Amino acid sequence: MRSTWVTPGGVHPPENKHQSLTMPIGSLPIPEKLLVPLSQHIGAPAKACVKVGAKVLKGQKIAEATGAVSVPMHAPTSGTVTAIEDRPIAHSSGMSAPCIEITSDGKDTWIDHKGVADFEHASPQALTKTIADAGIAGMGGAGFPSAIKLSPGHRRPINTLIINATECEPYITADDSAIRERAAEIITGIGILSHILGNPVNILIGIEDNKPEAIAALEPHVADTGISVVSFPTKYPSGGEKQLIYILTGKELPSGQLPADAGMVCINIGTTYAIKRAVVNGEPLISRVTTMTGNACGINRNYETLIGTPVSHMLAHSEFNEHACSRLVMGGPMMGFSLTSAEVPIVKTTNCILAPSYSEIPDDEPAQACIRCGMCAEACPASLLPQQLFWYSQAEDHDRLEAHNLFDCIECGACSYVCPSNIPLVQYYRHSKGEILKAREEKVKSDHARERFEFHQQRMEQAEKDKEAKRAARREAAEKAKATVAANAGTAKEGTGPAPGSAADIIAAAQARAAAKQVSPEEQQAKFERSIAGAEMRVQMATDKLVETNAKQTEDQKNILNAALEGAKQKLEQAQARLAEHVKKHSEQVK
Amino acid sequence: MAFKQITSPHAHAAQNTSKVMQLVLWATVPGLAALTIQFGWGSLINVVLAVVTAVACEAAILKLRKRPVAFYLQDYSAVVTAVLLGLALPPLAAWWVVVVGSMFSIIIAKQLYGGLGYNPFNPAMVGYVVLLISFPIQMTTWITPLSLLPDGVSHPGIIESLGIVFSGYSPADGVTGATPLDVFKHSSGLVVDQIYESNPLFSQAAFAGVGWEWVNLGFLAGGIVLLATRIFTWHGPVAMLAAIAMMSLLFWDGGSSESPGSPLMHLFSGASMMGAFFILTDPVSSAVSNRGRLIYGALIGVLVYIIRAWGNYPDAVAFAVLIANFAAPFIDNYTLPRTYGHTDRRRATEKEED
Repeated sequence: MRSTWVTPGGVHPPENKHQSLTMPIGSLPIPEKLLVPLSQHIGAPAKACVKVGAKVLKGQKIAEATGAVSVPMHAPTSGTVTAIEDRPIAHSSGMSAPCIEITSDGKDTWIDHKGVADFEHASPQALTKTIADAGIAGMGGAGFPSAIKLSPGHRRPINTLIINATECEPYITADDSAIRERAAEIITGIGILSHILGNPVNILIGIEDNKPEAIAALEPHVADTGISVVSFPTKYPSGGEKQLIYILTGKELPSGQLPADAGMVCINIGTTYAIKRAVVNGEPLISRVTTMTGNACGINRNYETLIGTPVSHMLAHSEFNEHACSRLVMGGPMMGFSLTSAEVPIVKTTNCILAPSYSEIPDDEPAQACIRCGMCAEACPASLLPQQLFWYSQAEDHDRLEAHNLFDCIECGACSYVCPSNIPLVQYYRHSKGEILKAREEKVKSDHARERFEFHQQRMEQAEKDKEAKRAARREAAEKAKATVAANAGTAKEGTGPAPGSAADIIAAAQARAAAKQVSPEEQQAKFERSIAGAEMRVQMATDKLVETNAKQTEDQKNILNAALEGAKQKLEQAQARLAEHVKKHSEQVK
Repeated sequence: MAFKQITSPHAHAAQNTSKVMQLVLWATVPGLAALTIQFGWGSLINVVLAVVTAVACEAAILKLRKRPVAFYLQDYSAVVTAVLLGLALPPLAAWWVVVVGSMFSIIIAKQLYGGLGYNPFNPAMVGYVVLLISFPIQMTTWITPLSLLPDGVSHPGIIESLGIVFSGYSPADGVTGATPLDVFKHSSGLVVDQIYESNPLFSQAAFAGVGWEWVNLGFLAGGIVLLATRIFTWHGPVAMLAAIAMMSLLFWDGGSSESPGSPLMHLFSGASMMGAFFILTDPVSSAVSNRGRLIYGALIGVLVYIIRAWGNYPDAVAFAVLIANFAAPFIDNYTLPRTYGHTDRRRATEKEED
């Protein structure tokens, strides 16, 4: 047996997994309407490629991936696109987002699709493209597009492929039941991944020891495949990517790095099944196993659920008692988020719908003072000091929060779970992370502005320096010329006249130069007259424009034009005044 | 259908602050029992009086501060402070000593700083030190342990004890006496063996000092229960006891007349065990990380020994704890744990990681 490593901290909440494992994976009737959100993954939302009213077949692409990090969406069943608009989606803030609504025709007719049975002969690039086109995003919770994970690039060779079958959250049994019933297909999926990644040396399926049936189901299929099923003691949150990597390899992922940087790829086991279906069967990701559990439901079991199925549809087929339900959670009781409405759809990352009774998960008690008992620090899997983070979060002391490695918090909730004062610690950390990210963005912006300003200053200074240099050069040239003139004069009047470079000579030379440089009064006058003509023309144009637009333009624009006209008039007046002055001066000079 | 919006995690462990505090209270029972058996009803009266005063003060101040009184009283923190102070005070101390101490602990040392969770100093120890400095005679008069009482003399009964506490009668002759730590403090010139032979406090003791060894064993037992139930980690208590043992071993001096006493005597005398498991484990005023608590505990142990050996006071847990309280935030700055994915520990004060 492979050795495993033990992470610090962790908690052992009641597992509550047996309730949903009494029956095999079931299926629900096709709901009348399905709602496919365009963003179910990390990255850019997909863009709808069907119009309202279009007839679609099951598995037909209805939204395209946009950009590098994105996945497409497919119709979960056949029917008609009846709306493309913002609808409430499953999100911790209860927000709305663009969705495609499909009204089922009840026939569930598949689009033509075909897979490749001998994937070993397909190129990794082609397989990755198939996976991307199938809309597969991590189904363990984060929803990161799988194809990207499978393309780490040549500079990051992968030596370890980790399949995450930990499922450490209480209540959830979606992966467990899928492994029990679909082990062969899952192993095929892992084979595909291995082929794409160039057959990594280590292929490890990490699974907690509370799933003996699943382990037993996997064992016969991994024989002679090079895949190891590694079980380890159950502890929450062993399924966190960083935690699992440590448990299986004894290596810590350096803060801020991705598994690929360390030569590893970590894929949820549910995703490997979807990958198998995509590659071998040619089916896009349009359904997943979702656990329906909690005492507010009479039926606790796993369903193969179409993406886009409203939660209410699921509840309706599970003997749901609304009055007994203390809260409705998408995900598990540790990291799941509460839903305010049951009309939101199941998405690609929905592994569980938890409808607990009040006795199971009662309403939260009011928070008491933090006595810094340190139980949170004992529970933290990242070796943080949650009590200090809480303190500095309240004080909004961002420097201290960062020094205490706030951003290494994986928000697993173990600290809040053990907190005897019922403090919603994770909520504080989320808030502070948001605040710090906002402050960083603003800092980047202001740094940018400052740099621009400083550069501007520098440019102005440089221009001033250049001018100064030019002036100095001119001065020097003048001195030289003067000296030459003086020398010439000296040679001419040698012996009799004053010494070369005498004052009178210098003045005379300067006047001569000035006279040569200065335009004649006539030219000057012509120049002024030209500028007056120009100014007059501009006034005329402004007036024309104003007249022309007077009728249709708004008050603001009129004001702008008026101001322009006024400006042009002023310039004209100035030009005229200058000409008048010049003429007067010149006539005086002539006299 | 509309549902509540509640932040994760949704599941919570069954632990809560009042349960933690109640467990601490239960854990003091062996110590209190030992005190009562060895020194009579005085400690129990202290505890009851302190609890009544502390809860009344807590309620009054909460009312003044316009806080929900019942909600905050339920955390039992005032009761814990009062019990610890009551246990630390000499049995049969006058009622007003207990009342003044409890009032000071709750009003000044706790509520004025903002109540539970905000006090930088251990409230019970603040109360204790204020009393020790203000009323040295009352605070240094200890009762003779049961087995050393003169023939025909016994500890006063409950009624008589109440009389002594409330009307200021002095206890009968022979009922008061020195503590083991007093003996060492005031017996310069004698080598340790002579002290052990001449003083019945030691000559009749099982291993440390008559009466006190049982009291310390009682608190040790309670402390082990709290450790086993993970109310606190071992770091602080073990560091403190280890530091006391090391210091007394280092300066044991072969038992000369200069020797401040053996490790066993120091570990099982005075407030050593109570301090280690019930005082320095007050999480609010201690260092937070495990490494920090090691340093914090060791600092207290060293200070306790230094004051006992060379200071003016025979025992020193209260002073040592208060000084360490001052140092706790400083210790915290340099004892952050190494976070997953980081090669080094960071400092709480650093702005950017190296």
